Amino acid sequence: MPSPSYAAFDEKDLGAQVLLSQYKLRTSGDAVTVRQAVARYMKEHGATALSVTRFATAVSEIARNAIVHAGGGEFSIYVDPRAKQLTVVCWDKGPGIEDVELALTDGYTSGGGLGRGLGGAKRLAKIFEIRTAIGGGTSVLMSVNL
Amino acid sequence: MAGVTSINLVEHALLVSIQDDITDTEILELQDRLSTKISENRVDGVILDISALEIVDTFVGRVIAQLAGISRLLAADTYVVGMRPTVAVTLVELGMYLPEIRTALSLTHALAQLRRV
Ligand SMILES: Nc1ncnc2c1ncn2[C@@H]1O[C@H](COP(=O)(O)OP(=O)(O)OP(=O)(O)O)[C@@H](O)[C@H]1O
Ligand SMILES: [Mg+2]
Repeated sequence: MPSPSYAAFDEKDLGAQVLLSQYKLRTSGDAVTVRQAVARYMKEHGATALSVTRFATAVSEIARNAIVHAGGGEFSIYVDPRAKQLTVVCWDKGPGIEDVELALTDGYTSGGGLGRGLGGAKRLAKIFEIRTAIGGGTSVLMSVNL
Repeated sequence: MAGVTSINLVEHALLVSIQDDITDTEILELQDRLSTKISENRVDGVILDISALEIVDTFVGRVIAQLAGISRLLAADTYVVGMRPTVAVTLVELGMYLPEIRTALSLTHALAQLRRV
């Protein structure tokens, strides 16, 4: 039996983008740190206020999901060399998501949430990709144009 | 950068200014402090000022609803003031309508509403 492969993104998925910073996600304070870092970078690179709020909200949702549903994870921010696009990857080694379609449905929650985080993040981020395997963790990639 | 969420008495209302980087533990503590303050003071209303919030996600949205719920149970009218337009647009996209929450354009408006009751 092969060892469980983590449902991760790699260089192929990131193309020419380079790593800007990396964070550990453990507490709700870490979710605040990463969404503030994303917002700061976007503002510095001329993104509109609406674009910043939308993307930072999506970031907050997926970071919180890693903390709440997977016991923590890691978060990376990538930018392309000409700084025209920002990509974030949030990954964890949690239980994975059995039915992604269902998890993306508004109102579905396995805990006491509202079940609007994942579906909401997908609507807010436009470029949104999720890879997950049962027992193999969950990775979410989201991009925004600057 | 880390601000402290404050509760101040303004006329007969408690003004709660929520900071952008509020954490889960601070929220629990805030719920506690708010309910104590409502019962200690003779207040007509509670005004939640969220103008410092850069984003409101599903978690913070739920917190706002809970704070409003607590103050309503303790017989204080509740208003949310200072929601940024970008936050309002994003909340609608998240599908969070916060139906039980009364919003007012500004602190002045909220105080005027409270004086009327
Ligand atoms: N990183 C993750 N690992 C495991 N399961 C997850 C992860 N992210 C989401 N899920 C599953 O998908 C469901 C839906 O997620 P979603 O963010 O939409 O709702 P929620 O987190 O339950 O509530 P909230 O509205 O507060 O975000 C979760 O209840 C959980 O079962
Ligand atoms: Mg969630």
